[in-house]
Amino acid sequence: MTTDWRPTASIETLRERARLLAEVRTFFAERDVLEVETPVLGHGGSTDVHLASLSLLATTPAGRARLWLQTSPEFHMKRLLVAGSGPIFQLARSFRDGEVGSRHNIEFTMLEWYRPGFSLDELIGETTALIHAVLGRDSGPLRRRRYRELFREALQLDPFAVELDVLRSTASERGGLDMNDAGRDGCLDLLMSLVIEPHLGREGPDVVVDYPASQAALARCHRDEEDGEWVASRFEVYLDGLELANGYDELTDVDEQLARFTEDNAARRQLGMSGVDIDRRLLAALAHGMPAGSGVALGMDRLIQLALGKASVAEVMAFSTLNC
Amino acid sequence: MANYSTNEFKGGLKVMLDGDPCAIVENEFVKPGKGQAFNRVKLRNLITGRVWERTFKSGESLEGADVMDLQMEFLYSDGDMWYFMKTDGSFEQYAVEKKALGDTTKWLKEQVAYTVTLWDDNAISVTPPNFIELEVIETDPGLKGDTAQGGSKPAALSSGAVVRVPLFINQGEVLKIDTRSGEYVSRA
Repeated sequence: MTTDWRPTASIETLRERARLLAEVRTFFAERDVLEVETPVLGHGGSTDVHLASLSLLATTPAGRARLWLQTSPEFHMKRLLVAGSGPIFQLARSFRDGEVGSRHNIEFTMLEWYRPGFSLDELIGETTALIHAVLGRDSGPLRRRRYRELFREALQLDPFAVELDVLRSTASERGGLDMNDAGRDGCLDLLMSLVIEPHLGREGPDVVVDYPASQAALARCHRDEEDGEWVASRFEVYLDGLELANGYDELTDVDEQLARFTEDNAARRQLGMSGVDIDRRLLAALAHGMPAGSGVALGMDRLIQLALGKASVAEVMAFSTLNC
Repeated sequence: MANYSTNEFKGGLKVMLDGDPCAIVENEFVKPGKGQAFNRVKLRNLITGRVWERTFKSGESLEGADVMDLQMEFLYSDGDMWYFMKTDGSFEQYAVEKKALGDTTKWLKEQVAYTVTLWDDNAISVTPPNFIELEVIETDPGLKGDTAQGGSKPAALSSGAVVRVPLFINQGEVLKIDTRSGEYVSRA
């Protein structure tokens, strides 16, 4: 058998990819958003329980150190915001261990940008404009979908109020697997992935908002206007059944940030996973004071896949994880 | 057998599911924004041939199945069992039940090599070669000169299969047939 050396994308596709990346740069240049490049390696990593960070040992002037391949450029970019950069964007190589499939690749390109002073709604508007600029067409009117409504419509249950055992049996039944030892978020994640997500973004971008506070990650939380439930100030954009972007009204409170990092690492240990070094420099920057605002991370490979009508992210990458 | 975790699932891997040996057809990694990862897996049950779609939590594992595909020549049938012999020179024979043969019964011909799937050393399925040469034992008389019109008629073959053949084909001719589609390819 001969070793397959060929690229996973055609040269024609790579030309198109380059054109779309140039489109992104033009989009931000017209809006006075500064392009930045931040390190792929950092002394801290993402503690998120559902992200597997890769790390390596490097020889640095300070001695041997464990450095983490960034799962997104978020921490470094936030330090730039604190330093007074104003609005910034980056096309950043990001790494998530174990994530390989038609929509995933261990190493991928994240388009991430931050807008000090922007509300979540303003950023939703800009994200949709960026998506349409790259697609080169208007994919349809934007629909705002509340997390809770989606579950009510598709599954006739309220994700915030439903009893855990009802949620578990619904997840087990819909997923065809035993979810009786799973937590609330695990069950909700399964139902979101299998039942709700495939139908999202079929007639234009669907923007999902008001996630449970437990799924806030690095977003602020606020009280829901309807019933006072805590929800995350976070949005996700879906198009053609693909999750494209994840935006936050950014958490700027250093104590809250440290508490979430610590909780994550405690949860990791409980699950038998190793902890991830907390980014002390990010905490120091937040303590200095980060301007309020919103930020969003968009899977650039997926957007290019949609723009070019390809079936997988591998088809728009020179070499995928499987043949790099 | 070894256990395989979801991140080792790839097309063709043989695993045990609900007591039956299965082959992985497709493994799709799914993961919502910031949430837990799952794998949607399509598996073909090697005994029934049915395709199952199952969801696993990423990192879950399944026991491997002791399944092997071997080349074997068809020898004969005594009506109850069908006998095959390994083509590796060992002359080792296997008796195969009708259930395991399934549709392949209509493509059986002595001395032709078939792929026999063994699970724990028992034959569970038999796959014919993609192309096989079989004799026409019964069909309407051939029509002279009609080679381009594209009409067809049924023909019964020596193995028991009935296929559509062009009008010019006669009884006694040997034909090349595609066993996957059951279609006539050419005169042999």
